[in-house]
Amino acid sequence: MTLLAWGFDGLLLLGLLGLAWKALNSTDLFSAIALFIAFGLLMALVWVRLEAPDIALAEAAIGAGLSGALLLAALARLRGMEGNVTSNTGVEEAPNNIDARLVQWLSAILLLPVLFGLVYGVLSLPGNAVGLSAEINANLAASGVSNPVTAVLLNFRAYDTLLEVFVLLLALIAIWSMGSIQFNRSIETIGKTSLETTSSVLDTLVYLLVPVLMMVAAYLLWVGAHAPGGAFQAGSVLAAACVLLLLAGWPLHRLLTAMRLRLLAVAGPVVFVSMAAYSLIAEGALLQFPPEHAGTLILLLETVAALSIAVTLAALFSGGQGQHE
Amino acid sequence: MIAVIDLFSVLLLIAGAVFFLAGTLGLLRFPDVYTRLHALTKADNVGLGLIIAGLALQAESWAVAGKLVLIWLLVLLAGASVSYLVANGALKRGIRPWKS
Repeated sequence: MTLLAWGFDGLLLLGLLGLAWKALNSTDLFSAIALFIAFGLLMALVWVRLEAPDIALAEAAIGAGLSGALLLAALARLRGMEGNVTSNTGVEEAPNNIDARLVQWLSAILLLPVLFGLVYGVLSLPGNAVGLSAEINANLAASGVSNPVTAVLLNFRAYDTLLEVFVLLLALIAIWSMGSIQFNRSIETIGKTSLETTSSVLDTLVYLLVPVLMMVAAYLLWVGAHAPGGAFQAGSVLAAACVLLLLAGWPLHRLLTAMRLRLLAVAGPVVFVSMAAYSLIAEGALLQFPPEHAGTLILLLETVAALSIAVTLAALFSGGQGQHE
Repeated sequence: MIAVIDLFSVLLLIAGAVFFLAGTLGLLRFPDVYTRLHALTKADNVGLGLIIAGLALQAESWAVAGKLVLIWLLVLLAGASVSYLVANGALKRGIRPWKS
Protein backbone atom coordinates (compact mmCIF):
# COMPACT_ATOMS: atom_id res chain seq x y z
CA MET A 1 0.00 0.00 0.00
CA THR A 2 2.81 2.39 0.87
CA LEU A 3 4.55 1.39 -2.36
CA LEU A 4 1.43 2.40 -4.28
CA ALA A 5 1.31 5.72 -2.43
CA TRP A 6 4.99 6.35 -3.12
CA GLY A 7 4.50 5.54 -6.78
CA PHE A 8 1.51 7.85 -7.03
CA ASP A 9 3.31 10.70 -5.26
CA GLY A 10 6.37 10.18 -7.45
CA LEU A 11 4.27 10.32 -10.63
CA LEU A 12 2.50 13.41 -9.30
CA LEU A 13 5.81 15.13 -8.57
CA LEU A 14 7.30 14.25 -11.96
CA GLY A 15 4.13 15.37 -13.73
CA LEU A 16 4.17 18.65 -11.81
CA LEU A 17 7.80 19.38 -12.63
CA GLY A 18 7.33 18.34 -16.25
CA LEU A 19 4.24 20.52 -16.68
CA ALA A 20 5.97 23.49 -15.01
CA TRP A 21 8.96 23.14 -17.29
CA LYS A 22 6.82 22.78 -20.42
CA ALA A 23 4.60 25.70 -19.45
CA LEU A 24 7.60 27.99 -18.93
CA ASN A 25 9.40 26.72 -21.99
CA SER A 26 6.51 26.72 -24.43
CA THR A 27 6.70 29.43 -27.09
CA ASP A 28 3.01 29.15 -27.94
CA LEU A 29 1.14 31.14 -25.33
CA PHE A 30 -2.06 29.14 -25.74
CA SER A 31 -0.38 25.82 -24.96
CA ALA A 32 1.50 27.48 -22.10
CA ILE A 33 -1.86 28.45 -20.57
CA ALA A 34 -3.32 24.98 -21.16
CA LEU A 35 -0.26 23.48 -19.43
CA PHE A 36 -0.62 25.96 -16.58
CA ILE A 37 -4.24 24.89 -16.04
CA ALA A 38 -3.18 21.25 -15.98
CA PHE A 39 -0.43 22.25 -13.53
CA GLY A 40 -3.07 23.81 -11.27
CA LEU A 41 -5.16 20.63 -11.32
CA LEU A 42 -2.17 18.46 -10.40
CA MET A 43 -1.26 20.99 -7.71
CA ALA A 44 -4.75 20.57 -6.24
CA LEU A 45 -4.13 16.81 -6.15
CA VAL A 46 -0.83 17.45 -4.35
CA TRP A 47 -2.67 19.42 -1.68
CA VAL A 48 -5.12 16.54 -1.34
CA ARG A 49 -2.17 14.19 -0.83
CA LEU A 50 -0.77 16.58 1.79
CA GLU A 51 -4.16 16.30 3.56
CA ALA A 52 -4.94 19.99 3.07
CA PRO A 53 -8.38 19.84 1.43
CA ASP A 54 -9.03 23.55 2.11
CA ILE A 55 -6.07 24.58 -0.01
CA ALA A 56 -6.88 21.89 -2.57
CA LEU A 57 -10.35 23.39 -3.06
CA ALA A 58 -8.93 26.90 -3.39
CA GLU A 59 -6.21 25.74 -5.77
CA ALA A 60 -8.68 23.88 -7.99
CA ALA A 61 -11.11 26.82 -8.09
CA ILE A 62 -8.66 29.73 -8.31
CA GLY A 63 -5.35 28.23 -9.47
CA ALA A 64 -6.74 25.98 -12.18
CA GLY A 65 -10.16 27.46 -12.92
CA LEU A 66 -10.24 31.24 -12.62
CA SER A 67 -6.56 31.93 -13.31
CA GLY A 68 -6.89 29.85 -16.46
CA ALA A 69 -9.95 31.81 -17.57
CA LEU A 70 -8.15 35.06 -16.72
CA LEU A 71 -5.09 34.11 -18.76
CA LEU A 72 -7.17 32.93 -21.72
CA ALA A 73 -9.15 36.19 -21.68
CA ALA A 74 -5.90 38.16 -21.59
CA LEU A 75 -4.56 36.13 -24.49
CA ALA A 76 -7.73 36.71 -26.52
CA ARG A 77 -7.33 40.47 -25.96
CA LEU A 78 -3.62 40.40 -26.78
CA ARG A 79 -4.39 38.71 -30.08
CA GLY A 80 -7.17 41.19 -30.73
CA MET A 81 -4.64 44.01 -30.23
CA GLU A 82 -1.97 42.45 -32.39
CA GLY A 83 -4.40 41.97 -35.22
CA ASN A 84 -2.23 39.09 -36.31
CA VAL A 85 -3.45 35.85 -34.80
CA THR A 86 -0.38 33.78 -35.52
CA SER A 87 2.41 35.97 -34.14
CA ASN A 88 2.17 35.19 -30.48
CA THR A 89 5.63 33.95 -29.71
CA GLY A 90 7.27 37.02 -28.22
CA VAL A 91 10.54 35.39 -27.23
CA GLU A 92 11.46 34.18 -30.68
CA GLU A 93 11.07 37.45 -32.52
CA ALA A 94 14.37 38.64 -33.94
CA PRO A 95 14.70 42.35 -32.98
CA ASN A 96 14.44 41.89 -29.22
CA ASN A 97 16.13 38.51 -29.10
CA ILE A 98 19.12 39.83 -27.17
CA ASP A 99 16.90 41.77 -24.79
CA ALA A 100 14.90 38.64 -24.05
CA ARG A 101 18.11 36.71 -23.34
CA LEU A 102 19.30 39.45 -21.05
CA VAL A 103 16.01 39.47 -19.18
CA GLN A 104 16.14 35.70 -18.81
CA TRP A 105 19.68 35.74 -17.43
CA LEU A 106 19.00 38.68 -15.17
CA SER A 107 15.90 37.08 -13.70
CA ALA A 108 17.79 33.82 -13.27
CA ILE A 109 20.56 35.64 -11.38
CA LEU A 110 18.04 37.54 -9.27
CA LEU A 111 16.14 34.35 -8.48
CA LEU A 112 19.25 32.50 -7.29
CA PRO A 113 19.33 34.18 -3.84
CA VAL A 114 15.65 33.34 -3.45
CA LEU A 115 16.42 29.71 -4.25
CA PHE A 116 19.29 29.64 -1.75
CA GLY A 117 17.11 31.34 0.84
CA LEU A 118 14.38 28.73 0.35
CA VAL A 119 16.84 25.83 0.52
CA TYR A 120 18.41 27.34 3.64
CA GLY A 121 14.97 27.84 5.14
CA VAL A 122 13.96 24.24 4.51
CA LEU A 123 17.27 22.87 5.78
CA SER A 124 17.19 24.97 8.94
CA LEU A 125 13.72 23.77 9.94
CA PRO A 126 13.76 22.04 13.30
CA GLY A 127 13.76 18.28 12.80
CA ASN A 128 10.92 17.52 15.19
CA ALA A 129 8.62 20.52 14.82
CA VAL A 130 5.39 20.01 16.69
CA GLY A 131 3.56 22.88 15.03
CA LEU A 132 0.72 24.78 16.59
CA SER A 133 -2.04 22.22 16.13
CA ALA A 134 -2.13 21.33 19.84
CA GLU A 135 -2.57 24.96 20.83
CA ILE A 136 -5.19 25.51 18.14
CA ASN A 137 -7.18 22.47 19.21
CA ALA A 138 -7.00 23.61 22.83
CA ASN A 139 -8.49 26.99 21.91
CA LEU A 140 -10.88 25.77 19.22
CA ALA A 141 -13.89 26.04 21.53
CA ALA A 142 -13.35 29.78 21.93
CA SER A 143 -13.09 30.43 18.19
CA GLY A 144 -16.76 29.94 17.36
CA VAL A 145 -16.10 27.34 14.64
CA SER A 146 -15.02 23.71 14.71
CA ASN A 147 -12.90 23.66 11.55
CA PRO A 148 -9.34 24.46 12.72
CA VAL A 149 -8.42 26.01 9.35
CA THR A 150 -11.31 28.47 9.52
CA ALA A 151 -10.52 29.14 13.19
CA VAL A 152 -6.98 30.19 12.21
CA LEU A 153 -7.98 32.15 9.10
CA LEU A 154 -10.94 34.05 10.52
CA ASN A 155 -10.16 34.27 14.22
CA PHE A 156 -6.66 33.54 15.53
CA ARG A 157 -4.89 35.15 12.59
CA ALA A 158 -7.76 37.02 11.00
CA TYR A 159 -5.48 39.92 10.07
CA ASP A 160 -3.81 37.66 7.48
CA THR A 161 -7.18 37.21 5.79
CA LEU A 162 -7.85 40.94 6.18
CA LEU A 163 -4.67 41.68 4.23
CA GLU A 164 -5.53 39.04 1.58
CA VAL A 165 -8.90 40.65 0.97
CA PHE A 166 -7.13 43.98 0.49
CA VAL A 167 -4.62 42.43 -1.93
CA LEU A 168 -7.55 41.39 -4.14
CA LEU A 169 -9.03 44.89 -4.00
CA LEU A 170 -5.62 46.35 -4.83
CA ALA A 171 -5.33 44.07 -7.87
CA LEU A 172 -8.71 45.26 -9.10
CA ILE A 173 -7.75 48.93 -8.65
CA ALA A 174 -4.47 48.31 -10.46
CA ILE A 175 -6.27 46.74 -13.42
CA TRP A 176 -8.90 49.47 -13.52
CA SER A 177 -6.20 52.14 -13.44
CA MET A 178 -4.78 50.80 -16.69
CA GLY A 179 -7.73 51.85 -18.75
CA SER A 180 -11.46 51.73 -18.87
CA ILE A 181 -13.31 49.09 -20.78
CA GLN A 182 -16.96 48.61 -20.14
CA PHE A 183 -17.94 45.55 -18.18
CA ASN A 184 -19.97 43.95 -20.93
CA ARG A 185 -18.14 45.45 -23.90
CA SER A 186 -14.90 43.84 -22.80
CA ILE A 187 -16.46 40.41 -22.95
CA GLU A 188 -17.74 40.85 -26.46
CA THR A 189 -14.18 41.10 -27.70
CA ILE A 190 -13.42 37.72 -26.14
CA GLY A 191 -16.50 35.77 -27.04
CA LYS A 192 -17.57 37.28 -30.29
CA THR A 193 -15.81 34.96 -32.69
CA SER A 194 -17.08 31.61 -31.54
CA LEU A 195 -19.82 31.98 -28.97
CA GLU A 196 -22.05 34.53 -30.59
CA THR A 197 -24.66 32.45 -32.34
CA THR A 198 -24.35 29.16 -30.47
CA SER A 199 -26.57 30.38 -27.73
CA SER A 200 -29.08 27.56 -27.23
CA VAL A 201 -26.62 24.94 -25.96
CA LEU A 202 -24.68 27.51 -23.98
CA ASP A 203 -27.86 28.98 -22.54
CA THR A 204 -29.06 25.55 -21.41
CA LEU A 205 -25.69 24.96 -19.78
CA VAL A 206 -25.95 28.31 -18.00
CA TYR A 207 -29.54 27.63 -16.92
CA LEU A 208 -28.52 24.33 -15.37
CA LEU A 209 -25.06 25.16 -14.02
CA VAL A 210 -25.42 28.63 -12.52
CA PRO A 211 -28.01 27.61 -9.88
CA VAL A 212 -25.85 24.60 -9.00
CA LEU A 213 -22.78 26.84 -8.70
CA MET A 214 -24.67 29.27 -6.47
CA MET A 215 -25.82 26.44 -4.25
CA VAL A 216 -22.29 25.01 -4.06
CA ALA A 217 -20.96 28.46 -3.13
CA ALA A 218 -23.53 28.82 -0.35
CA TYR A 219 -22.75 25.31 0.86
CA LEU A 220 -19.00 25.96 0.90
CA LEU A 221 -19.57 29.16 2.84
CA TRP A 222 -21.78 27.46 5.40
CA VAL A 223 -19.75 24.27 5.74
CA GLY A 224 -16.54 26.28 6.31
CA ALA A 225 -17.40 26.50 10.00
CA HIS A 226 -16.86 22.79 10.57
CA ALA A 227 -15.33 21.26 7.41
CA PRO A 228 -13.11 22.34 4.48
CA GLY A 229 -14.61 25.36 2.76
CA GLY A 230 -14.89 29.07 3.43
CA ALA A 231 -15.03 32.52 1.94
CA PHE A 232 -12.32 32.16 -0.69
CA GLN A 233 -13.61 28.85 -2.02
CA ALA A 234 -17.21 30.03 -2.03
CA GLY A 235 -16.23 33.36 -3.61
CA SER A 236 -14.30 31.71 -6.40
CA VAL A 237 -17.16 29.31 -7.21
CA LEU A 238 -19.53 32.26 -7.35
CA ALA A 239 -17.04 34.11 -9.53
CA ALA A 240 -16.97 31.11 -11.86
CA ALA A 241 -20.75 31.43 -12.21
CA CYS A 242 -20.28 35.12 -13.09
CA VAL A 243 -17.62 34.26 -15.68
CA LEU A 244 -19.97 31.68 -17.22
CA LEU A 245 -22.75 34.28 -17.40
CA LEU A 246 -20.41 36.85 -18.93
CA LEU A 247 -19.13 34.40 -21.54
CA ALA A 248 -22.66 33.38 -22.46
CA GLY A 249 -23.45 37.04 -23.06
CA TRP A 250 -25.95 37.46 -20.25
CA PRO A 251 -26.57 41.10 -19.33
CA LEU A 252 -24.76 40.85 -16.01
CA HIS A 253 -23.75 44.50 -16.35
CA ARG A 254 -27.35 45.51 -15.73
CA LEU A 255 -27.23 43.82 -12.35
CA LEU A 256 -23.69 44.92 -11.57
CA THR A 257 -23.79 48.58 -12.46
CA ALA A 258 -20.71 50.69 -11.85
CA MET A 259 -21.87 51.76 -8.40
CA ARG A 260 -23.03 48.31 -7.27
CA LEU A 261 -19.83 46.72 -8.56
CA ARG A 262 -17.72 49.14 -6.54
CA LEU A 263 -19.88 48.82 -3.43
CA LEU A 264 -19.75 45.03 -3.54
CA ALA A 265 -16.01 45.01 -4.17
CA VAL A 266 -15.25 47.18 -1.14
CA ALA A 267 -17.94 45.64 1.12
CA GLY A 268 -15.66 42.82 2.33
CA PRO A 269 -12.64 45.00 3.15
CA VAL A 270 -14.87 47.66 4.76
CA VAL A 271 -16.73 45.18 7.00
CA PHE A 272 -13.42 43.54 7.90
CA VAL A 273 -11.76 46.83 8.84
CA SER A 274 -14.75 48.13 10.78
CA MET A 275 -14.92 44.87 12.71
CA ALA A 276 -11.20 45.15 13.42
CA ALA A 277 -11.62 48.74 14.61
CA TYR A 278 -14.61 47.83 16.77
CA SER A 279 -12.82 44.90 18.39
CA LEU A 280 -9.78 47.12 18.98
CA ILE A 281 -11.94 49.58 20.92
CA ALA A 282 -14.35 47.17 22.61
CA GLU A 283 -12.13 44.16 23.28
CA GLY A 284 -8.77 45.86 23.38
CA ALA A 285 -7.20 43.74 20.63
CA LEU A 286 -7.34 43.76 16.84
CA LEU A 287 -9.95 41.30 15.48
CA GLN A 288 -10.47 39.61 18.82
CA PHE A 289 -14.00 38.28 18.86
CA PRO A 290 -15.93 37.58 22.06
CA PRO A 291 -16.24 33.75 22.12
CA GLU A 292 -20.00 33.74 22.54
CA HIS A 293 -20.55 35.73 19.33
CA ALA A 294 -17.50 34.52 17.39
CA GLY A 295 -19.41 31.99 15.29
CA THR A 296 -21.98 34.52 14.08
CA LEU A 297 -19.36 37.21 13.47
CA ILE A 298 -17.20 34.82 11.44
CA LEU A 299 -20.16 33.75 9.31
CA LEU A 300 -21.07 37.39 8.68
CA LEU A 301 -17.49 38.27 7.80
CA GLU A 302 -17.17 35.27 5.49
CA THR A 303 -20.45 35.98 3.72
CA VAL A 304 -19.54 39.58 2.92
CA ALA A 305 -15.97 38.61 2.07
CA ALA A 306 -17.18 35.84 -0.27
CA LEU A 307 -19.44 38.28 -2.14
CA SER A 308 -16.59 40.78 -2.47
CA ILE A 309 -14.18 38.08 -3.61
CA ALA A 310 -16.67 36.81 -6.21
CA VAL A 311 -17.37 40.25 -7.64
CA THR A 312 -13.69 41.21 -7.59
CA LEU A 313 -12.61 38.03 -9.38
CA ALA A 314 -15.37 38.40 -11.97
CA ALA A 315 -14.35 42.03 -12.54
CA LEU A 316 -10.70 40.97 -12.85
CA PHE A 317 -11.78 38.51 -15.53
CA SER A 318 -13.82 41.05 -17.44
CA GLY A 319 -11.35 43.88 -16.89
CA GLY A 320 -14.29 46.26 -17.09
CA GLN A 321 -15.50 48.82 -14.61
CA GLY A 322 -19.24 48.53 -15.00
CA GLN A 323 -21.64 50.89 -16.69
CA HIS A 324 -22.93 54.07 -15.19
CA GLU A 325 -26.68 54.19 -15.09
CA MET B 1 -20.31 -11.30 -0.36
CA ILE B 2 -17.81 -8.51 0.23
CA ALA B 3 -15.38 -10.14 -2.15
CA VAL B 4 -17.94 -10.22 -4.96
CA ILE B 5 -18.57 -6.48 -4.58
CA ASP B 6 -14.83 -5.84 -4.59
CA LEU B 7 -14.47 -7.90 -7.75
CA PHE B 8 -17.20 -5.89 -9.48
CA SER B 9 -15.53 -2.70 -8.34
CA VAL B 10 -12.17 -3.74 -9.75
CA LEU B 11 -13.72 -4.80 -13.05
CA LEU B 12 -15.60 -1.50 -13.41
CA LEU B 13 -12.52 0.55 -12.51
CA ILE B 14 -10.34 -1.32 -14.99
CA ALA B 15 -12.96 -0.94 -17.72
CA GLY B 16 -13.12 2.79 -16.93
CA ALA B 17 -9.33 3.07 -17.10
CA VAL B 18 -9.38 1.34 -20.50
CA PHE B 19 -11.82 3.97 -21.78
CA PHE B 20 -9.62 6.76 -20.42
CA LEU B 21 -6.55 5.20 -22.04
CA ALA B 22 -8.35 4.85 -25.38
CA GLY B 23 -9.66 8.42 -25.13
CA THR B 24 -6.20 9.80 -24.41
CA LEU B 25 -4.73 7.77 -27.24
CA GLY B 26 -7.40 9.16 -29.56
CA LEU B 27 -6.75 12.70 -28.37
CA LEU B 28 -3.07 12.32 -29.18
CA ARG B 29 -3.34 10.34 -32.41
CA PHE B 30 -6.52 11.39 -34.22
CA PRO B 31 -6.10 13.76 -37.17
CA ASP B 32 -8.38 16.72 -36.46
CA VAL B 33 -10.34 18.52 -33.77
CA TYR B 34 -13.64 16.71 -34.45
CA THR B 35 -12.30 13.18 -34.24
CA ARG B 36 -10.29 14.15 -31.16
CA LEU B 37 -13.43 15.47 -29.47
CA HIS B 38 -15.14 12.20 -30.37
CA ALA B 39 -12.38 10.25 -28.62
CA LEU B 40 -12.33 12.57 -25.63
CA THR B 41 -16.05 12.41 -24.93
CA LYS B 42 -15.84 8.61 -24.68
CA ALA B 43 -13.33 8.94 -21.87
CA ASP B 44 -15.33 11.67 -20.15
CA ASN B 45 -18.75 10.07 -20.41
CA VAL B 46 -18.34 6.30 -20.35
CA GLY B 47 -14.92 6.10 -18.71
CA LEU B 48 -15.85 8.38 -15.84
CA GLY B 49 -19.25 6.66 -15.56
CA LEU B 50 -17.59 3.26 -15.12
CA ILE B 51 -15.10 4.65 -12.59
CA ILE B 52 -17.91 6.34 -10.65
CA ALA B 53 -19.87 3.06 -10.68
CA GLY B 54 -16.81 1.22 -9.38
CA LEU B 55 -16.28 3.78 -6.63
CA ALA B 56 -19.97 3.98 -5.74
CA LEU B 57 -19.92 0.24 -4.96
CA GLN B 58 -17.28 1.01 -2.31
CA ALA B 59 -19.13 4.03 -0.91
CA GLU B 60 -19.94 4.03 2.80
CA SER B 61 -23.46 5.36 2.39
CA TRP B 62 -26.11 6.14 -0.19
CA ALA B 63 -25.37 9.85 0.28
CA VAL B 64 -21.76 9.38 -0.83
CA ALA B 65 -22.83 7.26 -3.80
CA GLY B 66 -25.37 9.95 -4.71
CA LYS B 67 -22.67 12.63 -4.62
CA LEU B 68 -20.48 10.54 -6.91
CA VAL B 69 -23.34 10.12 -9.39
CA LEU B 70 -24.00 13.87 -9.18
CA ILE B 71 -20.37 14.55 -10.11
CA TRP B 72 -20.78 12.27 -13.12
CA LEU B 73 -23.96 14.04 -14.23
CA LEU B 74 -22.29 17.45 -13.94
CA VAL B 75 -19.29 16.28 -15.95
CA LEU B 76 -21.67 14.82 -18.57
CA LEU B 77 -23.46 18.15 -18.83
CA ALA B 78 -20.29 20.25 -19.00
CA GLY B 79 -18.45 17.80 -21.28
CA ALA B 80 -21.25 17.51 -23.81
CA SER B 81 -21.87 21.27 -23.94
CA VAL B 82 -18.19 22.20 -24.17
CA SER B 83 -17.58 19.60 -26.89
CA TYR B 84 -20.44 21.08 -28.89
CA LEU B 85 -19.09 24.60 -28.39
CA VAL B 86 -15.55 23.62 -29.39
CA ALA B 87 -16.75 21.74 -32.48
CA ASN B 88 -19.12 24.52 -33.45
CA GLY B 89 -16.41 27.14 -32.95
CA ALA B 90 -14.04 25.12 -35.11
CA LEU B 91 -16.68 24.80 -37.86
CA LYS B 92 -17.32 28.56 -37.73
CA ARG B 93 -13.64 29.24 -38.17
CA GLY B 94 -13.71 27.14 -41.29
CA ILE B 95 -11.83 24.10 -40.08
CA ARG B 96 -12.91 21.30 -42.40
CA PRO B 97 -13.66 17.86 -40.99
CA TRP B 98 -10.90 15.40 -41.84
CA LYS B 99 -11.52 12.99 -44.74
CA SER B 100 -9.28 9.93 -45.05
